[in-house]
Amino acid sequence: MPEHSFTVNGRQVTVDIEDDVRMLWVLRDVLGVTGPKYGCGINVCKACTSHYNGRAFNPCSVPVSKIGPDDEITTIEGLPDTVGSDLHPMQEAWLEHDVAQCGYCQPGQIMAAVDLVKKLHAEGRDVTDADIDTNMRNVCRCGTYYRIRQAIKDGAERMKGTKKGG
Amino acid sequence: MAKHTAHARHARDGNRPSKPGAGDTDSTSAGSEGFAGGLVASVGEHLTGRRRFLGYLLAAPTVVAAAQLGESLLGSQTAGAAQPVPSNPQVADNYDLSDAIYDAAKPTSDLITVQVHSDGTVSHEMVRTEVGQGVQTAIAMLIAEEMDIPIEKVNVTHAPARPELVWNQLTGGSTAIGSQFTPVRVAAAIAKGRLLDAAAAKWDLAKSELTAHAGRILRPSGQALSFGELAEAAAVTENEKVSAELKPESDFKVIGKPQRRVDAMDIVTGQKEFATDMDMPDALPTMVCRPPTINGTVKSVNNADEVQNMPGVTDVATITTGVAVRARTFGQCVDAIHALDVSWNGGPVEGTSDTSIEKELKDAHPPWVIPGTPGTKAFEREYTFAFTNNAPLEPATAIADVKEGSAEIWAAAKLPITAQGEIASLLGLPVTAVTFNVIGSGGSFGRRLFNDGPLDAAEASQKMGKPVRLMWHRADEYRQGRGRPMQVSKIRAFHDGEVVHSLENRYTSVFTDFGHGFGDLMAQYYTSVNPDTPLATNPGSGLAVSQAIFELTAVWPYSMGPTKQLLMEVRQPTESPGTEHNLTTFNTTAMRQVYNPNVVAAQELFVDELANEMGRDRYEFRREFAKDDKFREVIEKVAEAGNWGRSLPDGVAQGIGVHEEYKQHAACLVEVDCRPETVNRKIPGGTTGPRVLRVVFVSTVARHLVNPLGAEAQLQGGIMDGISLAQTNSLHLKDGAFLEGSYDDFRYTRQWNVPTDVKVILLPEDSEAEVGGFGEVGVAPTCAAVACAIGAARGSYPHYLPISHNAGIPFEVKPHDPPIPQSPTNGLEHYPAPAKASEETSLNP
Repeated sequence: MPEHSFTVNGRQVTVDIEDDVRMLWVLRDVLGVTGPKYGCGINVCKACTSHYNGRAFNPCSVPVSKIGPDDEITTIEGLPDTVGSDLHPMQEAWLEHDVAQCGYCQPGQIMAAVDLVKKLHAEGRDVTDADIDTNMRNVCRCGTYYRIRQAIKDGAERMKGTKKGG
Repeated sequence: MAKHTAHARHARDGNRPSKPGAGDTDSTSAGSEGFAGGLVASVGEHLTGRRRFLGYLLAAPTVVAAAQLGESLLGSQTAGAAQPVPSNPQVADNYDLSDAIYDAAKPTSDLITVQVHSDGTVSHEMVRTEVGQGVQTAIAMLIAEEMDIPIEKVNVTHAPARPELVWNQLTGGSTAIGSQFTPVRVAAAIAKGRLLDAAAAKWDLAKSELTAHAGRILRPSGQALSFGELAEAAAVTENEKVSAELKPESDFKVIGKPQRRVDAMDIVTGQKEFATDMDMPDALPTMVCRPPTINGTVKSVNNADEVQNMPGVTDVATITTGVAVRARTFGQCVDAIHALDVSWNGGPVEGTSDTSIEKELKDAHPPWVIPGTPGTKAFEREYTFAFTNNAPLEPATAIADVKEGSAEIWAAAKLPITAQGEIASLLGLPVTAVTFNVIGSGGSFGRRLFNDGPLDAAEASQKMGKPVRLMWHRADEYRQGRGRPMQVSKIRAFHDGEVVHSLENRYTSVFTDFGHGFGDLMAQYYTSVNPDTPLATNPGSGLAVSQAIFELTAVWPYSMGPTKQLLMEVRQPTESPGTEHNLTTFNTTAMRQVYNPNVVAAQELFVDELANEMGRDRYEFRREFAKDDKFREVIEKVAEAGNWGRSLPDGVAQGIGVHEEYKQHAACLVEVDCRPETVNRKIPGGTTGPRVLRVVFVSTVARHLVNPLGAEAQLQGGIMDGISLAQTNSLHLKDGAFLEGSYDDFRYTRQWNVPTDVKVILLPEDSEAEVGGFGEVGVAPTCAAVACAIGAARGSYPHYLPISHNAGIPFEVKPHDPPIPQSPTNGLEHYPAPAKASEETSLNP
């Protein structure tokens, strides 16, 4: 079986697995990293959203062979380390607004929100409702969308450092 | 975990009251073998007044308390009459679904326990299932309140299936908090009382001199002992009947205050464990290759050996619902399903379509029975509601380990006792040989009333002789899963231009499955309060069950003279309802709020159209005809808070929906933008259409609202469901199969259709109504209000919901054979839009 090496949440790993197995299953079934959830397997529901070299991606739709030794995968479990803290500011905002209901989609929501806000901040922009409409495709079947909006806006402020730790 | 369960079970077994009665001392010996430790209390019998109850201290190394319940929980009964023409009382006015479920829980509430541990924590194995509704948090709040212990020190977990609870391990009907409100507090109060006794003995002080605070017992000098330090001293060696007084409401510091979820940290850090996340290395991923038509069956598997040799695949086995494959990863299960060559038999609904079922429903409408009176005019409308699907984000899942002579299952279930029984029957094992561990789920909305995942897993594990980690594919959920079936409402009123003289509502639906046990139970309670029903003589039939539930939940909120509501069903199963793997009709369930999203949407659309016909303002009409003061209050409040009648641009309009259920009256006001530039806004791969701009939702509140933050969350979620059901969320039936295969197809509300202004207003607690529930009530009034607003904005009312259903199929239909889509490979190139998003869509009528 082919060997594949890459970094997951700061840890270098090597897995023996066929080339075409999608990263979601490599993470969940082989490595036991279960923060990214399965909701559809075809890049629609976004429950598995994680980061590939710092940008959001959906591991359900990427074969392991496309991930190289220098690539870094970050899942919800590794998100706090990217800011050297116990919790990422977006996670803090999620707690503050008590967003979750069943919780199944929320790791993916948070990972997508962090990516969106990072992108907008890099462009020198604040997050708007229109940005959320277009970019936050993640399904929440419990319908927590309203609190998600509030948390993204709050998290974006915290990510600027203005409410860090608040 | 298994060890802990055994102890808890032992404690309960020694706890059955023999002669309940005020003041009795009743000791029964309980074995002395190795308890892990804890003071255990259980729930007791209602004594005098509203706050004194009997319960038990159970023999254990630390304190275990149990409660016993009497007749205290039956809600107060109200029936109102109002002008203009009073309606006859409806069954649900006086005794509704909540009452039936509360009554079902009462006889066994004495089997609920709270345990204090030496580490200072308190634990409780709840007999309700956390599906996102926040019951785990609310129960922890009840214990924290009653025991004066920080909520962080209260551990609430799921009890496994406990057959001795009979009907008291059931999650549904928005009754989780109502049914647990008293029993859990009584057990907690008994445990705290015993800790006070132990501290009093230790210090040689009178108990009355001591107080509990923040998990410690304090004496006047300021000295303190923690609950943990007292847990062993407080233990009893024989079961003991005791009484306890509940904390007075005036002292509540936790109940009624906003409390964030106890599992929130685990959720946002990815640590919350769902069934497929559990660390059981031998339970390999398993999926099922399902038939191309609904409930088709396997004729033959033509290449099992070849598939068995594919990379990662360990087993291939035919089970009742298809061909199960077990592999190292779920991805390799998908590959195996694509490679399988299976010949199928058609299913029981082969050849059906949306139009054929709609015709069956319309043909089955019973005739009207209320004639017009002189000087009145008939007004009649018909509304169709498409098939839909529960679609919790976590699909049906289960881990199963079936061995020779025993089985252990880990799965979400709202009826764990039923699950255990069905699995035992399927495997040919005695019920006592099946352990069913309940795991919290990634949503339910009625899905986990059925055990399709656990049954598949158990059968596959038995056939393969290995543990399995079974999961349904998303496409399986839409195509072979469950939901609220297609339904047609036909409503007729007679009016004289001023007053409505009579009202008939015909709700004709494809059979709704209430599952083994639950439906029969509800029918039994229904006939007990309504002995004259013809259904009493025919209790076993599916229609009897459905009729009972319908009558227990349907409330026409307006005084419109003699009012007759009737449910009729088509496509009844040919086997008894709820039989495991009953595959003889459509797969349905009691989806969130059961009939009422459709009942209320039809009712409010009809009321809008009737008001227009009679030349009346739609709000004033509702206010005037409101059946009682509570309906009038929520209608007035929502109109005031929502600024009814304010000036809006052409193409933007308001709508109101009104309902009463779960002991609470609710009204919703929305504003919907139907202007072309809004309706036609583009989101790649997404259905846009009208945009709900603003939602105001007002509800009365039954005593006691445990967690306002949780109630608000449930209503906010229900509001999104209502928007979905009115606008976009449905299944299309064609050639005996549902076309939808993904969330982009199924079109549950996404951010681009979410209002940016949502206001939930909870009125002060209503002293007449006891223990309500908020898990479902948000859905129906919102769905109704959105549909009405769209009708008003367009000047033409929708008669088919969701409004997008007949506006075309805005997606490429995924093949039904193989039954599930393969995962894409280009996920690094397309974010956030899906790689194959169809061109910008906004297919709306």
